[in-house]
Amino acid sequence: MIAPLRVIARLGRYTLDGISRTGFAARFFLATLLHSGTAFRRFGLTIREIYFAGVLSLIIILVSGLFVGMVLGLQGYETLQTYGSESALGVLVALSLVRELGPVVAGLLFASRAGSAITAEIGLMKATEQLSAMEMMAVDPVARVIAPRFWAGVISMPMLAAMFSAVGIFGGYLVGVVLIGVDEGSFWSQMQDKVDFQADIINGVVKSVVFGIAVTAIALFEGYDAPPTAEGVSGATTRTVVTSSLAILGLDFILTAFMFRGVS
Amino acid sequence: MSRAWLDLWVGLFVAAGIGALMFLALKVGSMNTVNKDESYQVIAHFDNIGGLKVRAPIKSAGVVVGRVTAISFDDKVYEAEVTMTLEKRYAFPRDSSASILTSGLLGEQYIGLEAGGDDVKLNNGDRVKLTQSAVVLENLIGQFLYSKAQEGAGN
Repeated sequence: MIAPLRVIARLGRYTLDGISRTGFAARFFLATLLHSGTAFRRFGLTIREIYFAGVLSLIIILVSGLFVGMVLGLQGYETLQTYGSESALGVLVALSLVRELGPVVAGLLFASRAGSAITAEIGLMKATEQLSAMEMMAVDPVARVIAPRFWAGVISMPMLAAMFSAVGIFGGYLVGVVLIGVDEGSFWSQMQDKVDFQADIINGVVKSVVFGIAVTAIALFEGYDAPPTAEGVSGATTRTVVTSSLAILGLDFILTAFMFRGVS
Repeated sequence: MSRAWLDLWVGLFVAAGIGALMFLALKVGSMNTVNKDESYQVIAHFDNIGGLKVRAPIKSAGVVVGRVTAISFDDKVYEAEVTMTLEKRYAFPRDSSASILTSGLLGEQYIGLEAGGDDVKLNNGDRVKLTQSAVVLENLIGQFLYSKAQEGAGN
């Protein structure tokens, strides 16, 4: 074939591949939802996965939350102090954590800590034909392997994000009040005055649930779709981290545009 | 790892997650939105609302008694119409006056509600008739310059 024609043909193949992959992903997601019954009937399976996805992510989430909050405290103080309004430090730390940084950074960490592990595990299960073996034994791998992991991720993510925000606010308190000496009363009272339960905290939780769904669904699909080779699994793991990070940032923009429009 | 330990760890994890949420809800945030059943709405017309925003507090004697829930423009009288949601436990006389004030020099704007002397109280849907608009800095400077110029002309 002539060279330019080959380029066009490749473009066509990429497009077709992309479309059929998207369709497969949607079908896979639907199948996961349909087989979720098992994840709740045999809740032990889900608990096991919450341990691996949630509990083992705790250390990285708590430590990064503390440091993010401490940095926010330092930087916020530097800026606010030039306007003589360092008493608003609590508001700054709490709002930026609860609205944005908590769900987003916890989501990114969750994608790289738990999402990659899920993809690698399922990719290897597929490569070593464990999934096919299950099918041979008339056990549906989607119900037995995929659905519990999906729900474990969806349950873990909001908890991790809430803990991230809480620890971050504590970090901001440590730096702002204990270290620098911002007035403790105005730190907390201005925060309570400006942070709204419904508009800020609930929306933050909604965000983290959406990110949990996105990250776990992407991780499971990439693992299930991985070519059953060593490179295939490693490529799928990389794709999980890249795709879910991009998905988190993109979804965050869309959700923010819907949630906080018109909120001063 | 045995099943019991797994359950214990996951239980601790979930408890910590719920604890963090409670911390955020109780210590960090507050239920600023006034409950619908325990509030009543009054309307006030202003010539100029300045930088007043929805959800701004309504204070009387410095205490928050409600929130601004809607701001619109009335093209019959060419004035701003501000809907104020007040808590039911606070009753105000019908001839109370509302004025738009600023907390501090650069702070946010809020509505100050000053009680009048009437025996009849404000009810849901009533209008606060006595209002005072926000101070617009440009108008203030303009007035000042104008009065200075008049002083000069008088001499």
